[in-house]
Amino acid sequence: MRAGAIAERVRTRLPDVVVARDEATVFVERDMLIDALDWLAAEPELGFGFLSSIQATDWPGQVPRFWLAYELRSTALHHRIRVKVGLPEDDPRVPSLTSRFPTANWHEREVFDFYGIVFDGHPELTRILLPDDWEGYPLRKDEELGGVDTRYHGAFIPPVDKRTSA
Amino acid sequence: MPVERVQGLQLGKTPEEVEEEVQRGVLLGTLDRAVGWARKQSMWPATFGLACCAIEMMAAGAGRYDLSRWGMELFRASPRQADLMIVAGRVSQKMAPVLRRIYDQMPEPKWVIAMGVCASAGGMFTNYAVVQGVDTIVPVDVYVPGCPPKPEMLMYGILKLHEKVRTSENVR
Amino acid sequence: MIVNLGPQHPSTHGVLRLLLELDGETVISCRPIVGYLHTGIEKNTEYRTWQQGVTFVTRADYLSPFFNELAYCLAVERLLGVEAPPRAQVLRVLFCELNRVASHLVWLATSGLELGAISMMLYGFREREVILDIFEAATGLRMNHSYIRIGGVVMDLPDDGEQRIRDFLAVMPGRISEYEALLARNPIWLERNRGIGLLSADDGLALGVTGPILRASGVTADLRKDEPYSGYETYDFDVPVRTECDSYARFAVRLEEMRESLRIVEQCLERLQEPGAVMVEDPKVAWPARLSVGPDGIGNDPEYIRHIMEESMEALIHHFKIVAQGVSVPAGEVYQAVESPRGELGMYVVSDGGHRPYRVKIRDPSFVNLQATPTMVEGGLLADAIAAIASIDPVLGGVDR
Repeated sequence: MRAGAIAERVRTRLPDVVVARDEATVFVERDMLIDALDWLAAEPELGFGFLSSIQATDWPGQVPRFWLAYELRSTALHHRIRVKVGLPEDDPRVPSLTSRFPTANWHEREVFDFYGIVFDGHPELTRILLPDDWEGYPLRKDEELGGVDTRYHGAFIPPVDKRTSA
Repeated sequence: MPVERVQGLQLGKTPEEVEEEVQRGVLLGTLDRAVGWARKQSMWPATFGLACCAIEMMAAGAGRYDLSRWGMELFRASPRQADLMIVAGRVSQKMAPVLRRIYDQMPEPKWVIAMGVCASAGGMFTNYAVVQGVDTIVPVDVYVPGCPPKPEMLMYGILKLHEKVRTSENVR
Repeated sequence: MIVNLGPQHPSTHGVLRLLLELDGETVISCRPIVGYLHTGIEKNTEYRTWQQGVTFVTRADYLSPFFNELAYCLAVERLLGVEAPPRAQVLRVLFCELNRVASHLVWLATSGLELGAISMMLYGFREREVILDIFEAATGLRMNHSYIRIGGVVMDLPDDGEQRIRDFLAVMPGRISEYEALLARNPIWLERNRGIGLLSADDGLALGVTGPILRASGVTADLRKDEPYSGYETYDFDVPVRTECDSYARFAVRLEEMRESLRIVEQCLERLQEPGAVMVEDPKVAWPARLSVGPDGIGNDPEYIRHIMEESMEALIHHFKIVAQGVSVPAGEVYQAVESPRGELGMYVVSDGGHRPYRVKIRDPSFVNLQATPTMVEGGLLADAIAAIASIDPVLGGVDR
């Protein structure tokens, strides 16, 4: 189904749908997330039973600050949809999808690792790509790019513009 | 010429002591050269391929660019049996303690080649995640820049290391 | 007994660490730990221009650099609302399929090495050198090329490029048959791969696995056919599918995929007979410089440099505006997926209307495929764990980014 037709179908149940650049995006509240995904997977013409990816974006200064995007796909019907959830800055929690989509396990760990968004109900929400004792959530916009003192215990490298002796 | 006649030469030793040292040097110099030659002839690298440079390192060991001509095709899996560590690829903060531990497990004499700009200086990744040069963690003998360096560049770096090993003071 | 396999280990395709609980030789539980190659690519792209993003993204999954670039450039082109010219699309498909063959060769070589077929390593790299020669002649680099750029590709094929590819196409099918003869009915290879690393189709779909692993479990899912991009719907090729769900089936699928890729390359060469532009015409998007082959390799064309330095001030200003300040991309978000040698490689790109990406997220296939490791490995022997992980073909650069 093309994005426009998908949007029409989805609007009957979830009204907030946007179509742009050949993609349909559904906006849901976090309390309704699991119900919405269950419905999207169960509907025979939609059949979005495959979770491709979970990603987050940080918009500091805006409300909500964090936007989570779930990329869903139907392997039988060959179409896609994106489900977006907005999270406030002071309470970045969202229910975990690991009971419905086991593939969400590592994706949610990565989002937690980079942004600090907590997934309630995740079996093991720990850091996955950064060292376990890392402090901070590097992909947030208020964290620096770094490239200065290496956190390897004991060594220190000055910032790039101070490295040459002259 | 007796050493005390050299103008301006300051020594904390008596002329007899200096003579003795010179004579000992002649004997050890030959031994030095022999040991240096033996060490460079079959230097076994430890497998420490991390990222893209590792693929070029494997290509250097494969058929076309053949590291076997210098006895180096045998990449030892255990660092205890290796004497060269080619750090090929970007070293992340999580990998840094592992790198140091592998280096410590290698027996003396050991050498390190930093292959690629990421290992030499952090490369294009001047960010929180990459160690900006492995020389902050282990002492490096030869830096081979490139992203990734062609196998021929790596071989040039290895040959430079061989020269260094052959001519360094191995026994004294 | 708890045993730590890696991160420095000759048999784990990169810096993968496995925490195994063993009872004798049987694996009771397996926990993969990743992150030893985390490079912060996604954060770095937010501090560079859109075109520089190509050079960062290409080093994520370093065995399939063209696919990373293609996904990124297709996503940005969708945001911009431009489409690469037809010849550029054919060149993109050509190099991607050659990259697929090269990547599968590395997989064959390293899997053979891990399971004991050491001569496979030398044969695989021998063929790969020929492909890398083609890449070097066309793009200037053997790996991590930055060839596919926003709006097209950066350079047309060199004069001898087509002949090189034809020579390669003449030789390669025979070589693939050689590998088949070496391994496919070899009793040791069969013993070590038949019935090892089982992953059913339901488990695979639930765990988000894509690519040859899913196709070896009986699911016909290939993004080149299902959601075509860059003109793939006009090419004639088949998608090999097996139903045995084991490591040997994945080996067979990848061998067949190499043959199909060569078919596609042949069709690309036919289409390249007509000349055409390789970069989009729009001056606000196209890379302004022209590259050519000089005495010391590929670099900026001296004619072009003479033009901007001596002849035309406007051209100089335009060059600097596009190169230094960067393309300006309208606000929005796009998810573009391509079929890389390991599965669905997705690129989620968000723009806030400026000269720098706001967020680039790489959905790497190996990151998700590695989640299937415990399912494949638990209950089997330790040596089978090595064979199973080899058949997943993880590239840790993509896993950790």
